Amino acid sequence: MPLLSVRDLVVKFAMRDNTVTALNSISFDVARGDRLGIVGESGAGKSVTGFALLNLISRPGFIDSGEILFDGMNMADMSDAELREVRGNKMAMIFQDPMVTLNPVLTIGQQMVETLQAHRTLSRKEAEQIAIVKLREVYIPAPEERLAQYPHELSGGMRQRIIIAIALLLDPQLIIADEPTTALDVTIQADIMELLLELCTTKKVSLILITHDLGVVSQMTENTLVMYAGRIIEAGRTREIINDPQHPYTQGLINALPQQTLPGARLKQIPGNMPSLSAVPKGCAFNARCEYAQDRCRAEIPVFEQIGPVKVACHEVKRLHHAPQKQEDLA
Amino acid sequence: MKQDMSNHVLLELENLSKSFDLDHGFLDTLKFKKGRIVSEKRSVHAVNNVSLKIHKGEALCVVGESGCGKSTVARLVAGLISPTKGAIHYDGQRIDALKGKDLLPLRKRMQMIFQNPYASLNPRMTIQQALEEPVRHHNPSFSRDDVQDKVANVMRSVGVDPSWAARYPHEFSGGQRQRIAIARALTVDPEFVIADEPISALDVSIQAQVLNLMLEAKEERGLTYLFITHDLSVVQHFGTRVAVLYLGSVCEYADTATLFSNPKHPYTRALLSAVPQLSDDKPNHIRLKGEIPTPINLPKGCPFQSRCSYSNPRCSAELPVAIEQADGSVVACHAVEEGRID
Repeated sequence: MPLLSVRDLVVKFAMRDNTVTALNSISFDVARGDRLGIVGESGAGKSVTGFALLNLISRPGFIDSGEILFDGMNMADMSDAELREVRGNKMAMIFQDPMVTLNPVLTIGQQMVETLQAHRTLSRKEAEQIAIVKLREVYIPAPEERLAQYPHELSGGMRQRIIIAIALLLDPQLIIADEPTTALDVTIQADIMELLLELCTTKKVSLILITHDLGVVSQMTENTLVMYAGRIIEAGRTREIINDPQHPYTQGLINALPQQTLPGARLKQIPGNMPSLSAVPKGCAFNARCEYAQDRCRAEIPVFEQIGPVKVACHEVKRLHHAPQKQEDLA
Repeated sequence: MKQDMSNHVLLELENLSKSFDLDHGFLDTLKFKKGRIVSEKRSVHAVNNVSLKIHKGEALCVVGESGCGKSTVARLVAGLISPTKGAIHYDGQRIDALKGKDLLPLRKRMQMIFQNPYASLNPRMTIQQALEEPVRHHNPSFSRDDVQDKVANVMRSVGVDPSWAARYPHEFSGGQRQRIAIARALTVDPEFVIADEPISALDVSIQAQVLNLMLEAKEERGLTYLFITHDLSVVQHFGTRVAVLYLGSVCEYADTATLFSNPKHPYTRALLSAVPQLSDDKPNHIRLKGEIPTPINLPKGCPFQSRCSYSNPRCSAELPVAIEQADGSVVACHAVEEGRID
């Protein structure tokens, strides 16, 4: 049984005049020790997915239907008390901006002890000992002194390390990291990613990494989901998706990267913008930006099905997939 | 160094420094130290002794991490702030001391594109008004029709439908807004464009659209760019020359191809190795010790010494000078100079 199994999850937001669907029937599994990347552009629904897994969607948003089975329990219909038991304890989340995640009026020590005491019966001394061990694991120099410091006394990279240490405090089975390094510089990003990878492998913690950066996904994860306008449009092994993307959107995303084109040459761009969730086109949501779109793409929503090694939601993918091979046969 | 357009130096920065005072007025400067009250003035040394040249038709990229002074360089060149020391020459004329009316002809030749298109367009002006304003200001002789023609032409050239002109910025997406911001810079037909992180607020697929637009404008109009960015893959694609900035100083300054194939400064190497790659080879990234120190109290000697694995006593005592290497790149590093790095 996978650690996490999401089945036909639908999340909606009730707006003044209509209800928009932010997640449209998404399903995926995360095995124990697996590292899953969720990629997409802003508005694709990747952060909503992260929040929904912890049942943290707040009004006007709501989980409309579907199941989030974590270790066999359905997170979607748990009571608040049961949810508190899971959150922070078995499943932890790391957010994008380390400047706003930590409470500025509490010391690092107070925040770590608070988390530990919320879930376990520990004295302050015992909790502080655990906190020091965890800070050492994320390579914070002089951890004893850090406990008395406030977040503003630390740099961005240091704060993100502390947030990772807090996420690891209760030895969770799953960590959801939502753009954990987007607010940091490249050299610091590389350090944090290396740390996260090391901790996940040595402790056999599962990781869901939400990011817009395909390079990060490629370095960090084993499996990848690509999201577009609230749906998963491609899923499979990260290597397969990066090396041989099937969906025209995934292909477009990879080809749009400057390193995929010779310096100074025109980049292969995807025309247009991601549709707003209140105006998703009929049929395939990508049809207006897709160079292969046919009448069928504008009428019918494509089925998410296994094609070769990956799962793809695209009407044209079979034709595209086989077209180059035919040319080779002819030659 | 080969130059396509000509060897004409359009912009030259000469030992440019900018520091911002933290303590304003006498009372601010009073500090309590070792039981005594002392007067001490602190300042942020944002840019230190930067010398760069941009030839006509080039795209010079300035890269570095947050706080390295790259945006300050852009603002100095645009004349938005004035340097503490050093000089800026534009087309042979010294421009850093110019003020008010004297700057006007320069503003027409030199335009700036900012990072955040949500903040750089006035939300209470329609696109038409926003684009007409610079045309009118710089071409007082233009008739109403001339101005409108000019605006419509520029809008078409950046891929914004002129029929949208009556709309307000909030009706556009981030990518479209950045197109409009670029259009606004191009309406006065500048020859030099300063772009400060023009694509970092945009999504990947939109970044490609905007970069293509800027490349097209470069070819069609023969633009020269000063491009400020933290994204090395964009530098490799867009830049003809690169200057790597660390703590306000230039570490390395070279042709793009040279810098990427043969980086010399330890910081440049670490920076390049930290970029997440698509390929499946395991990351081989050079770990830097610690983090960027504050630019308030600059260390004596090399600004990078505290994080450098090659640093020795000379690095902490003596500021390295920029030395031209055999392949034309300019590197400020004692270890490179002494051949301590292979």
